[in-house]
Order: sequence, then structure tokens, then C-alpha cells
Amino acid sequence: MSTSNQTSDLFDPHATRTGISNKKLTMWLFLASDCMFFGTLISTHLIYRRLAPDVVDPSQVFDVPLTCFATIVLLLSSYMMALTTSAAKEGKFAKFRWSLIGVMVLGLIFLGALGYEYYHLMHEFELGLSSNIFASTFYILTGTHGIHVAVGLLWLICWFFYSFKKNLNLQGAAEDVESLSL
Amino acid sequence: MSHTDTHAHKKASFWRPQDGCHPWVDFMTSVDHKKIGIGYAVGALFFLLLGGAEALIIRLQLMSPENTFIAARTYNQMFTMHGTTMVFLAIMPLSAAFFNYLLPLQIGARDVAFPRMNALSLWTFFFGGILLNMTWFFSDGAPAIGWFAYAPLSGPKYSPGMGANFWILALQVLGIASMVGSFNFITTIINMRAPGMKLMRMPIFTWMTFVTAFLIILSFPAITVALFQLMFDRQFGTHFFNAEMGGKPILWQHLFWVFGHPEVYILILPAMGIVSEILPTFSRRPLFGYPMMVFSGAVIGFLGFTVWSHHMFTTGMGIVATSAFSIMTMLISIPTGVKIFNWIGTMWKGKLSFPLPMLFALGFLWLFMMGGFTGVMHSSVPGDAQQQDSYFVIAHFHYVLIGGALFSLLGGIAFWFPKVTGRMLNERYGKLLFWIMFTGFNLFAFPLHFLGLSGMPRRTHTYKSEMGWDLWNYWSTIGALILGVSILLFVIHVIRSAKRGAPAGSDPWDARTLEWSLPSPTPVYNFAKTPIVHARDQFWANKYGSDAEKAGVANEGPGGIHMPDRSWMPFFTAFGIFVLAAGMVFLNTEMSLFGWVFEHHFQIPIVGALITFAAILGWALEGPGGYHLHPEESQPENES
Repeated sequence: MSTSNQTSDLFDPHATRTGISNKKLTMWLFLASDCMFFGTLISTHLIYRRLAPDVVDPSQVFDVPLTCFATIVLLLSSYMMALTTSAAKEGKFAKFRWSLIGVMVLGLIFLGALGYEYYHLMHEFELGLSSNIFASTFYILTGTHGIHVAVGLLWLICWFFYSFKKNLNLQGAAEDVESLSL
Repeated sequence: MSHTDTHAHKKASFWRPQDGCHPWVDFMTSVDHKKIGIGYAVGALFFLLLGGAEALIIRLQLMSPENTFIAARTYNQMFTMHGTTMVFLAIMPLSAAFFNYLLPLQIGARDVAFPRMNALSLWTFFFGGILLNMTWFFSDGAPAIGWFAYAPLSGPKYSPGMGANFWILALQVLGIASMVGSFNFITTIINMRAPGMKLMRMPIFTWMTFVTAFLIILSFPAITVALFQLMFDRQFGTHFFNAEMGGKPILWQHLFWVFGHPEVYILILPAMGIVSEILPTFSRRPLFGYPMMVFSGAVIGFLGFTVWSHHMFTTGMGIVATSAFSIMTMLISIPTGVKIFNWIGTMWKGKLSFPLPMLFALGFLWLFMMGGFTGVMHSSVPGDAQQQDSYFVIAHFHYVLIGGALFSLLGGIAFWFPKVTGRMLNERYGKLLFWIMFTGFNLFAFPLHFLGLSGMPRRTHTYKSEMGWDLWNYWSTIGALILGVSILLFVIHVIRSAKRGAPAGSDPWDARTLEWSLPSPTPVYNFAKTPIVHARDQFWANKYGSDAEKAGVANEGPGGIHMPDRSWMPFFTAFGIFVLAAGMVFLNTEMSLFGWVFEHHFQIPIVGALITFAAILGWALEGPGGYHLHPEESQPENES
């Protein structure tokens, strides 16, 4: 089990007991916590949908093709993020930057779609944050997710600029950013 | 212990203070888990005294019937702030102090996985505590909503003032502190154990930290969302808990207790871990049934998520739900009972000695059992229907939280104080204070059982003499005063002993775990050479075990020990979060800052967000930095 030539450098990810870097492990833990967070929000929404089914008819107000489109955009952005990560692992800067731009554009499109949907709901159906219980739960649920994506986007933008730094070792923490775009 | 630094070439700058900087700068920028742990302890003890003062005001009001010591509203504010302070600002951070200081030492690591994140959690705790207590100084004063802030009582209609905003946002900030700390601890435990420190060789306190950290990261999201919803109800006109628009106040109760019940175990599991370290040391026997202790801790943690509705038996959830939650609650008494029997088994045929930490541990055992028994009584639905919101419940959780958690934490202070400061507490004076504390506590809390069973409701600022509650209320207040004074004296004694106590060696108790193999106070790099672990209770094995069990020493390589640099960024990040949260409290009010009056909407939160962003950016760009140390001596001699 233990040999006497093991070194222990605090910041060397290869010295960890599991072989998984500290940052990555923490990001997974954060995701576990995040599941509980959105689980709570989604259950709130679903509970009120059941308790008050008549307030708003979702099939009337939602634009299903738009929502599908937004979902596809999000999935695509995850794919692009995977490309970014693999580029980072290979140390290919150009590929890294282009796929990063791809992720950012997709993220922006998603936020745009969300904004368009909000605008649509507010003006066509006059569904504001405080109109009724359905609107409250819906806006908070999707709004929180929107903020999530926006923070991720901010992080990606930082990475984009950071990638121009001289002597950068790309095999760094890029894989952690991947988890965020989920 | 002399060492040579090899960072002479590195200039100390404002952003990266080096050794020899001003003590305050050192304190604010330190990323050393030991200093952070001490910082947590100092803050927690301060808030413990503050919450205690609030408790005494409550007790003085109840001392005689129809008392007019404080007004009804002030009384409501007092019990709200007392509960919130004790749970979030005293017991939790005091546990966190032990996590921070001991966890890396017990697993043979040099620090936690993310030293700067650790500093962040200290400073968010600090600012969260400030934010919560700022509420006293603004119009309408403190919130009067109880520590679980049941909606709609805490909603915009019934709590129109600013108090509840402070409460909501301070709890969000404190939540960040706990979550960040917990991610850090779990990663540290999983990834940074010394070679040979298998999971089942870890000290039991580390195990309980591990379980507690998981409870925190999985239960806090529920309260985060609930607070978020309440904040939107109050400040943006949503209807989550507004019954007129179809909202369900019961949802708040569910979300709160989905967090709130695991929270109970977040408070008690670290205390159980501490007792599980003290009892074997002073029985001179290994912990009885170590694997069972680990598993029962994990089972308590797991079951803790399945019983939240037992706080809501009287809300009419239906027979199936109440029965299920009742059964789950009764089940929890099994792993808890396992722990109690194992503690007794540890002492059985042990060579017992009774210094101060042992007295606290035994006090814990008695008082926690008392609280546990009434807890089982609550799990029965018909019984609970009678006891709900009566002083019987108050008696129950004060036995568990003071007699259980606080006694154990004070015992932990008495036990590890020599390690932290290199000095001893005064045994005789400490024991005297313990007995006063023990007597005072029982005089305060035991009569509450009688009051509760004869129908005295909680959260009522006064009562009529005809109710027949005069006698026990009087004695309970006397007991609370005795308890309060003895805790105050204990805290003062701890502070004074840090400078004046008799010098302690590295191992004054002849203890069992790795932290005692280090000099007292612990050097900044912890282990000069990383130990290679071959046994559970490794330090005991070093002293008394066979040769095969003795710890080896890892070869460190020529680079020396890498130490991370100090950093301002955690402090600034926490400050940004504080400004953001404080700004949200004052949303849509007219503000005057330094004579400048303006209509405040989102200006301050935006400034706060920008500070936070800038600080995080600076954090990422500055990197951990660091320098290398070369301790000249190896581990201190292990004398027995």
C-alpha cells in the first residue's frame, strides 16, 4: 500500500489519493449540490402545477419549437465544450479558442431565446412575475437557470482572454469549465 | 524548530504579504487552516456570548408572571435572534473551527485542498454574522419571525419591516460560507490523506466531519431556494407563499425542514465526533466498535434526510405520511443508541481518568441521552400533537444542543487547547466551572419539561399567575443565569490561558491520533515529513504498538515543503458578497450615504457583484503562489 518514495506536494494533482484532481472533485461535489438546488426549484414548480392546474394552460403560452430549439442549443454547447476540453488537453490553442467561441455564441443564443420567451410571455399574455403563482414559479426556475448560464458565459469569456497569456499551460483546469456548461 | 526560508528572493508586496507582516494583515490574509480555525473559534465564541445574552433577556422576562421587563415585540425579536445566532453563528462555526484546525492534522496533510477557499468561508461567515446583527440598528429593528421564519408570517404582509430582509440575506451569506467550507473538507478527506491513511483508519472525528460536510452540501440548497423564494415574495411581488394567490405556506415548512432536520445532525455529529476522540483517550482503550461508529454516523446522516416532516405532524399531512415519518424518526434512535452503547463500551474496563475534557464528554453523554429520550417521545404522533410548540420541545432541544453539542464543543476546546496554544487550561478552575455549568444547565432546562407538560406554550412573552407556572419559570431563570455566567467565565478563562496557562508538551493527554505527534502549537507546515500510516490510532501505535504498526516517513524530495502565499482575495470576495447582500436588503428604499440621498434600486448590489467579480478574477490570476520551507529537524521525538 505505502511505499516510502511517495512525494506529497500540496498542489500536484497527481499526488491525490484518488488520482482525480482536487478541482475536478470539488466541481462534481458542487454539481451534486446543484442537483438538489434545481431539484427543489423544479419540485416547487411541479407542485404548484398540480395544485393549481387552471391558472395558466402551459400548452397555450409556451412556444414548443422555441423551447426545443433552446434545448438543442444547450446540448450543442455541451458538445462544443467537450471539443474545447479536448483541444485544451492537446494544447492546441487555435482549436481551443474557436470552439470556445462556439460555446459562447451558443450560450448567448440560449440567453437570447430565454429573453425572447420572457418578452413574448410578458407582452402577448401579460404574464409578469407577480401575475399568478404559475408565472412566479416559472420565472424563478428559468431565471435561476439563466443566471447560471450567464455566470458560465462570464467564466468562458475570462478563459478566452486568458488563453492569450504567454507560456500558458493549457492542460490546466479547462476540464472543470466543462462541468459548468452543463 | 528552526527552518530556513528560501523565498528571500521574493519581495513582499501589498498583495502577497509575507512572513513578518503586521499581525492584522496576517490574520486577514492568512490561508493557514490553523489560523482560520482559530478565527472561526473566536467569532463563534463571541456570538455564543451574544446569543447567550439574548437568551438571558428572554429568561428574565419569563421569570415572573405578567412581567414587563421587555415588550412583546422585543421578546419576539429576542427569540428569533437568539435561535438564529446560536444555530448559525455559534454552534456551526464552533464545529467549523474544529474541522479547520484538526482535519488536515488528523489525516496527515499539510493543509486543506483549497487554502484560499477556506479563508473565503471564514470571511463570508464573518460578514454574514455582521449582516445579521446589523438588523438591530435599522428601522423596525430585528426580525420577529422565529428561527424558522414560517411564511406567511415572514412574508411582506405580516413582516413589512427590514428585519426579515436582513435575516434572509444573512442566512444566504452564511450558507455560502458553510457550502464552500464543506466542498473543501470533502475534497481534502477524499484526496489528501497521508499514504496508508485508509478510510477505515481515519480518526472518528474526521469521519463525522465527512458526513457533516455531505449533509451541508445536500441540505443547504433547499434553504437557499426557500430563502430565494421568500425574498422574491417580499421584494418582487411573487406569490410562492401568498395564499390569496394560490401559494401554499406549507411549502415553506417543507423546504425549511428538508434543510432544517439535516441541520440538526450538522450540529450534533461533529459533537459526537469530538466525544469519540476524548473518551478513548481517557479510557486508554481504542474506540469500541469503530466500524459500527462510522456506519452509525453515516446512517444517522442518511436517515436525517428522511424525517423532516416530523416537525410538521400537526399540519395535517395525512395518516400515511405521518406514520411513515414517525417510523423513520424512531429508526434514527437505533444508530444513535449504537453510538451511546459504544461509548459506554469504550469506557468498560478502561483505565479511566477524569480531567476536564473527560468531564465534558461524560456530561455530554448524560445530557444528550436525556435529550434523546424526549426526542423519541416526540416521534410518536399522538404524543407530539400534545407537545407541539410547548416548552417540552424547548426542553428537548436545549438538552440536545447545550447538553449535547455545546458541552462536547467546550470539551473539545479543553481537549485541544494545549495543541493549539501550547498551554494548558487550569484543571481545578475548569472543573469548578464545569460543575457550575452542569448544575446551572439542569436547573435551567429540566423544569422546562414540567412547564411544557402542563401546557406552557413557547414564543409567548408572558403568562398569568393562575396557570401555575410561576415556580419553575423562576428556577429556570436562576439556572439560566448560573449557566450564562459560568460559560462567560469559561470563555474568559480560555482567552486568558492562551497567554498565561502552564506550558503543555506536545502530548499532554497521552493521546491517540496524529495531531498529537506534532509540537504544540502546531508549526505552520504541520508535518515536517508526511507520515506513512500503518494503523488506526497511529500515534498510539507509535508509542505502544508493535514495530509493524509504527508510522513510516515519506521521502519528501529535495524541493522542501510548498507553502501557499497569503492572499487578500478571499477577504475581498467575501466583502463583495456582503455588499451585494446588504444592497439587496435595502432594495427600493431611499438611502443616504455620507449625506448623499438617493433612490436606491440595484446600485449597491451591482457594486457588490463587481467587487466580487474583480476579486475572483484577481484570485484566479494571482494563483496560489507560494514558497518552500525546509524544516531542519524531523518529527519531534515521541516520548511516552
